[in-house]
Amino acid sequence: MEAKTLLFYLFSAVLLFAALRVITARNPVHAVLYLVLAFFNAAGLWLTLEAEFLALALVMVYVGAVMVLFLFVVMMLDIDITRLRQGFWANMPLAATLGLVMAAEMVWVLSTDFFASGVFFNESMPADYSNTKELGRLLFTDYVYPFELASIILLVAIIAAVVLTLRRRTDVRHLDPAKQIAVKHADRIRVVQMPAEKEAE
Amino acid sequence: MGVRDLIQTFALGELRQGLAVTLRYFFAPKFTVRYPEEKTPASPRFRGLHALRRYPNGEERCIACKLCEAACPAMAITIESAEREDGSRRTSRYDIDLTKCIFCGFCEEACPVDAIVETNVFEYHGETRGDLYYTKQMLLANGDRYEAAIAKARAADAKYR
Amino acid sequence: MEDSVLQSFQWFWNLFGLWDWVWGWFAPLWPLTWWIIKILAIFVPLLLGVAYLTWLERRVIGFMQVRMGPNRVGWFGLLQPIADGLKLFFKEVILPAKADPWLFFLAPALAMAPAVTVWAVIPFFDGGALADLDAGVLFLLAVTSLGVYGIIIAGWASNSKYPFLGSMRSAAQMVSYEIAMGLALVCVLMVSNSLNLTDIIRAQGQGVFADYGAGFLSWNWLPLLPMFLVYLISGVAEINRAPFDVVEGESEIVAGHMVEYSGMAFAMFFLAEYANMILVSALVSIFFLGGWLSPVGFLPDGVHWLSVKMFFILLCFLWFRATFPRYRYDQIMRLGWKVFVPLCLLWIPVVGVWMMSPFNIWK
Repeated sequence: MEAKTLLFYLFSAVLLFAALRVITARNPVHAVLYLVLAFFNAAGLWLTLEAEFLALALVMVYVGAVMVLFLFVVMMLDIDITRLRQGFWANMPLAATLGLVMAAEMVWVLSTDFFASGVFFNESMPADYSNTKELGRLLFTDYVYPFELASIILLVAIIAAVVLTLRRRTDVRHLDPAKQIAVKHADRIRVVQMPAEKEAE
Repeated sequence: MGVRDLIQTFALGELRQGLAVTLRYFFAPKFTVRYPEEKTPASPRFRGLHALRRYPNGEERCIACKLCEAACPAMAITIESAEREDGSRRTSRYDIDLTKCIFCGFCEEACPVDAIVETNVFEYHGETRGDLYYTKQMLLANGDRYEAAIAKARAADAKYR
Repeated sequence: MEDSVLQSFQWFWNLFGLWDWVWGWFAPLWPLTWWIIKILAIFVPLLLGVAYLTWLERRVIGFMQVRMGPNRVGWFGLLQPIADGLKLFFKEVILPAKADPWLFFLAPALAMAPAVTVWAVIPFFDGGALADLDAGVLFLLAVTSLGVYGIIIAGWASNSKYPFLGSMRSAAQMVSYEIAMGLALVCVLMVSNSLNLTDIIRAQGQGVFADYGAGFLSWNWLPLLPMFLVYLISGVAEINRAPFDVVEGESEIVAGHMVEYSGMAFAMFFLAEYANMILVSALVSIFFLGGWLSPVGFLPDGVHWLSVKMFFILLCFLWFRATFPRYRYDQIMRLGWKVFVPLCLLWIPVVGVWMMSPFNIWK
């Protein structure tokens, strides 16, 4: 067996196990950490496909930033497991149907000629091939409009989030560090020169 | 906030000021006293290890008046008195528990005959609690050992008493 | 280099006339051994550096506070780190009763692992990196961003108030400053046109000043001065050093995530913190101070220049700690989000326009 195949099975096995534990772990913090493990193994799988940019971006963005904030939130939440479990069986039929539909879709998509041809994965690129550069070139040439559109949508989302959460309260005093730093003692203290008190006559 | 403040902020003016101060002190001579080799000067009034003194003829000074025992705020001193063969009043027991002692110097002040004194010695230790329970013999031995230093300290302080 | 090392081994074993016999069974293992030798050649100096950085820190800060620092154990106190290490090694590791046993012991390892892993892509001299990745900068950003997990998990697994507060603070702080650091790096990547650390350093060796022999003026710190400062300061924040040490904040939350740890578990956090310090100093040297490049034309390039630069940056970290009082938590957030991020976002177009203009100096 080739080393790459061995790695593939290793990563896949750990990935599946971690993904399973994400939904079965009782402790939400453990679940989040299993999700981190799953991301790692997904990144490993991508590395075996020579997609190092995607793999490292996955680790950097999802593991390094998104999951940290996720963990932050989950740790702060007071999650009541028993309440979450209420209505598990009542919603089961609908959830099972949806799950089956999604599984069927996946099977259908993956079994089309497009993926079955295996044209993407068998090509070994030359050593000096940088898929970061290639990805950047494609994004800013062939796919520039979708890319810019996506950025605009993200920008709108950022601004919306800021606007929705920004409250300027006028009824409380707040600090402005820039002003605090700019203050000199001359602005606050006035040294008054005056004659000493005269003796009583 | 004027332009000048803005420039000051982005040129990290105040940070550089602070850094200059610490850099200057980096090269400044250090105040540290390297203890076992160097010692800070001690006042003649320094209150360290206790000692019982003797007169120059070898007679112990203590007359068992128990004023020090009464003055001691920490009740560290225990005295028992008895008549000696020659009929003089002497201590049969004079103990100071240094684990209780607060080194206030009241015993020294109270003593009418300058028998109990506190020396400049502070480098002593005990490996068990019992080691710090000083009996009459040990205190007299201290007095014998440090008599020169004690007498010198007394003399230096005499004109202020 | 590999061959010369091999030859010196050969010479040594030939002394005993054993070479053929040894090589007979050793040959298949040689590549693996060579890798391990290279890893140890990085790892052992790193650990020694960490040990003596603690000594240096205590001495330098002591001197700045007009006192001596540790000077008793060994010559100038040079054995102090070893004494400290032995002490920590023999202390009991205590597991709090209500702690999460797995995560509690996973956390120190998670803190240590990224701090060591990143050294794989650091080039010490031309071609002297353990793994000369094309996407080296990406690898570096990805792995350093994992360092925060050790702290967060430690805080949560301890099941205790102060560690938890510390981990919450570190999560917010590190994510914020990673953005500023990343954006500052974007400028560096733009001007050096590569994600490979070796190429980034080589790109700094070219330029008008370098041609005149004054190479240190061609390094990135001068044309990208604001980004250099942003990166340096964010670096200090990223490793939770004073004045950004609210995560530990010994006067507020005792020692943050490390409160419940003792013995070697605590030592791991300590090692990770100092290894990260050395790492950030190496990164600043590589991205902005020309890595192994010599500052002037007539002196040879080499690993010694990288060491000198790293030492200087490390001294700066200690100097900062001795000088600045701790930032308040909201001030840290303000500095990160309202000063550094906008500054970086402003400077990226400036550099872009500069590169497109006739005044481009990075061709």
